[in-house]
Amino acid sequence: MRFLLRRLGFFAVTMWAALTLNFFLPRLMPGNPAEAMMGKFRGPVSPQALKALELAFGVDTHQSLISQYFGYIGDVATGKFGTSLYFYPTSVGRVILDAIPWTLGLVGVTTILAFVLGTGIGIMSAWRRGGALDSIGPPVFVIATAIPYFWIGLMLILIFAVRLQWLPAAFGFDITLTPSLSLPFIANILEHAILPATALLVTTIGTWILTMRNNMITTLAEDYVRMARAKGLPGRRIMLDYAARNALLPNLTGFAMSLGFVVGGAILVEYVFNYPGVGYMLLQAVNNEDYPLMQALFLLITVAVLVAILLADIATAVFDPRTRTGG
Amino acid sequence: MAMLPVSAPAEWPQNLPPPVVSGPARRGRPGLTRLVRAVRSNRKATAGTVLLVLFTLVALFPGVIAHDNPSATIYARSLGPSARHLLGTTALGQDIWAQTVYGTQQVLIIAIGVGLLSTGVAVLIGVAAAYLGGWWDGGLSLLTDVLLVIPLFPLLIVIATYVQGAGTLILVLVLTLTGWSYTARQLRSQALSLRSRDFLEAARVRGERRMYIVLVEIIPTMTSLIVASFLTNALYAVLFGSSLQFIGLGDPNSVSWGTMLYWAENNEALQTGQYLWAIVPGVCIAALGAAFALLNYAFDEIGNPALRPLRARRRMGRRSRKARVAVPVSGMGVSRAR
Amino acid sequence: MPARRHRGPAAPALSPATGSVLEVRDLSVEYILDRGTITAVEHVSFDLDPGEFIGIVGESGCGKSTLLFAIAQLLAPPAEITGGSVIFKGRSMVGLTDKQLAAVRWRDLSVVMQSAMNALNPVKSIGAQFKDAMRAHGVSSKQEIAGRSAEVLKMVGIDPVHLKSYPHQLSGGMRQRSMIAMAMLFTPDLVIMDEPTSALDVVAQRSLMVQIKELQREFGFAVIFVTHDMSLVSHFSDRLMVMYAGQVAELGATRQVFDSPLHPYSAGLLDAFPSIRGERVHLRGIPGSPPDLARPPHGCRFAPRCPKVMARCEDAPPDLYQVGGTQVRCYLHEGASGGDAGSWASGSGAAGSQDAGNEDARSAL
Repeated sequence: MRFLLRRLGFFAVTMWAALTLNFFLPRLMPGNPAEAMMGKFRGPVSPQALKALELAFGVDTHQSLISQYFGYIGDVATGKFGTSLYFYPTSVGRVILDAIPWTLGLVGVTTILAFVLGTGIGIMSAWRRGGALDSIGPPVFVIATAIPYFWIGLMLILIFAVRLQWLPAAFGFDITLTPSLSLPFIANILEHAILPATALLVTTIGTWILTMRNNMITTLAEDYVRMARAKGLPGRRIMLDYAARNALLPNLTGFAMSLGFVVGGAILVEYVFNYPGVGYMLLQAVNNEDYPLMQALFLLITVAVLVAILLADIATAVFDPRTRTGG
Repeated sequence: MAMLPVSAPAEWPQNLPPPVVSGPARRGRPGLTRLVRAVRSNRKATAGTVLLVLFTLVALFPGVIAHDNPSATIYARSLGPSARHLLGTTALGQDIWAQTVYGTQQVLIIAIGVGLLSTGVAVLIGVAAAYLGGWWDGGLSLLTDVLLVIPLFPLLIVIATYVQGAGTLILVLVLTLTGWSYTARQLRSQALSLRSRDFLEAARVRGERRMYIVLVEIIPTMTSLIVASFLTNALYAVLFGSSLQFIGLGDPNSVSWGTMLYWAENNEALQTGQYLWAIVPGVCIAALGAAFALLNYAFDEIGNPALRPLRARRRMGRRSRKARVAVPVSGMGVSRAR
Repeated sequence: MPARRHRGPAAPALSPATGSVLEVRDLSVEYILDRGTITAVEHVSFDLDPGEFIGIVGESGCGKSTLLFAIAQLLAPPAEITGGSVIFKGRSMVGLTDKQLAAVRWRDLSVVMQSAMNALNPVKSIGAQFKDAMRAHGVSSKQEIAGRSAEVLKMVGIDPVHLKSYPHQLSGGMRQRSMIAMAMLFTPDLVIMDEPTSALDVVAQRSLMVQIKELQREFGFAVIFVTHDMSLVSHFSDRLMVMYAGQVAELGATRQVFDSPLHPYSAGLLDAFPSIRGERVHLRGIPGSPPDLARPPHGCRFAPRCPKVMARCEDAPPDLYQVGGTQVRCYLHEGASGGDAGSWASGSGAAGSQDAGNEDARSAL
């Protein structure tokens, strides 16, 4: 219990750090950021909008820095993230809510898949040391982790979308269709998801395989595995119940953290495929200097990571009895 | 408990070898020859080293293999590969081969720069936290963990955006600032576990000063982890640096593989059949990244023999067993006439 | 004869004439590494009668634990049995797969390891680990499992409520005793113990040993007990084997070996433990350190450190010589009762040796 409390305290500090970063960074920029933004703004600019922006960035206000700071935190706490500039007049909140399901779907499913498949392959690879998988696997996967996500995405587009024309190259769904819950539309969504998902899977699965394999190898050398052999336990049980279960523990935290990175993690893949998720929105915000949107997204991603870590800690407590009573 | 004492009492004959006193733990400071041998025997290490050396040579002497000015937009646009332009030209009229070759410089500078800086900061903070303990440890660890948790790429993007058009130096600084926390944690862990080791106690009792202990006793023992940290950070720099350049947050006018991809994407290279423009820089990034990754993994294997490929060991075993038949087998009652 | 890996059973699957529960013949184990091969155990032979308690002592690195794991067929790469045989209750064990060994494991032969903290699965409760063992051998009824689990815990003096505990929740002594309880689940014929007392304090050590001895008296199983603590085991063992650098240095009745050690190494070991009740003697150690097993010395392996070394000791390694009921690998006792030790056929045959030094010994056979 005390452990959890300490954890929550840590999260509070991290959130505070993220908020503070968000607050101070634009104020560190030279000149009047509000005007700079307005300069890039398309369409008519109302003086009220300009004023609001200036207020948001603390330009020419009579408030002290401290009260601006607390005002900002208060706004965030009550969910007032402001209006998006690029998607004016849509509110930032609305933009985010529209984008989240896409990211959760694509990246969430792929991360889980990569973890499950990767861990399974890692276990098998370590269990059958010297087998084909174990000899070729590691070097191949090591190289795979060095390939940039976005480049794999580009190559996939090149091969499957441009040359072979099997799969679509961009977007979450065919924009000429009207969204509905019908089967053909869902199929269309899935069709658009295949390439980005593959790009993600290919680049992330390698890490899971390698870490699980290395953990398993270390675990297999432990005395309690030897003991399990001595007891005459069947091979499958030793592999799963004695070795894998212990080897998995350190990975759980990593997995949960990667789940947290789901929200922000596939930024480049979404960018390359124009996939309308959170990452794509972040880059749109960046490229168009839509600071309110960008800040809100940054906070959102940070929160997601923290929640994921919390879940990881809970999972570890459930699966590893040592942390439960050790405190 | 009942361990054998190793003192040498006077009763024993004088010609016996002096007793062995257990000294400080092996320092793990590989001699250069041992290092070279280790690299040659491990295939991954060899591959990684070869790649790295190749890229370094290209970066140091780009003029030797590329004769064009990479930034000059004077050529005909979007040409395919030919004898004149080995990899063709970009949509802006630059020679792709020249760009690739000269681009190596910036990428390597970023990789090694960030690698060294990040590792330096990580060692400083990690070891300080572990050795100073108490409030220092609490504070530094908190700082490390917070930076670790805040999502990396979004943070990079946010900072890079505010900095507006990062040159190489800024890129290196930004990458360092966000990247040191990962390896700092590992270094702190190891330093912590070393803290209680006997040879450190011995140094303390001898009266050595803290700084001495840290510099001369602790850090050399952590050499392999420090090298691994450097490789990890270099890999991270290559990948994330290129990623930032790809979305336009680097300096788009510099010559680098990431910026090449940026322009390729902006000019719809894939859709317009200018494949090489998009493929080549990516392959280079992957190759350099792979070099670091392979070296890192190989270091893991060198340090932990259990991870090495099994087949190699078995093969060795069979070879050495055959050799052994020719050697007399000593033991119980076995004929020695061999 | 080159060391050859044992393929299948060499003896019939019926009780041998000797009636021993375990026959180890000429067992050799090698570690096959990148940088070469290390012979960790070389030509070790001994018999074990039902109910007998044999202690194996030696320094760290002498191969005693490797020997133990080799007997229990628990070696893992890069360690391999490269010669000799292990016959347990009439069946040869070397070369069998884990599946084939499963029938014998734990029912007839169980193992107790050095550190219970490492030998028990940290994420499973004690009861769950007992259950695993029983289920693997066909016991499926919940009551039977629960009943037997409680029974064995009580045998070692632990309250059955701890079946629900996890290893890290028990004290060191309790953990060790629960390992012994687990080993008793099927009251096997042979229990192999690898330094089970090393991790305990002196008082807990003794109480554990007493416990083991009592269980042995009640259930009549044989024990192989490996330790570096010669004085501890000598109170409880029937026979004592002293190992050095992978070979048997001396093997005989405990009282014999303890009171009048024949091998200079055994004498050195004993000198290192002065009796708490005896007269004050100068503390002696054995200078030097054990040989590098990747490049063992030409002659006797103990020669570099031996206070009684002779010239011939460095020329060729001595065989095991029989002196009364004890075997000793030392040239000092070569002529004592004639030549090659004992009735065992060494796995490589007692082939004629051309070494002049040994010829007399051989002809006495």
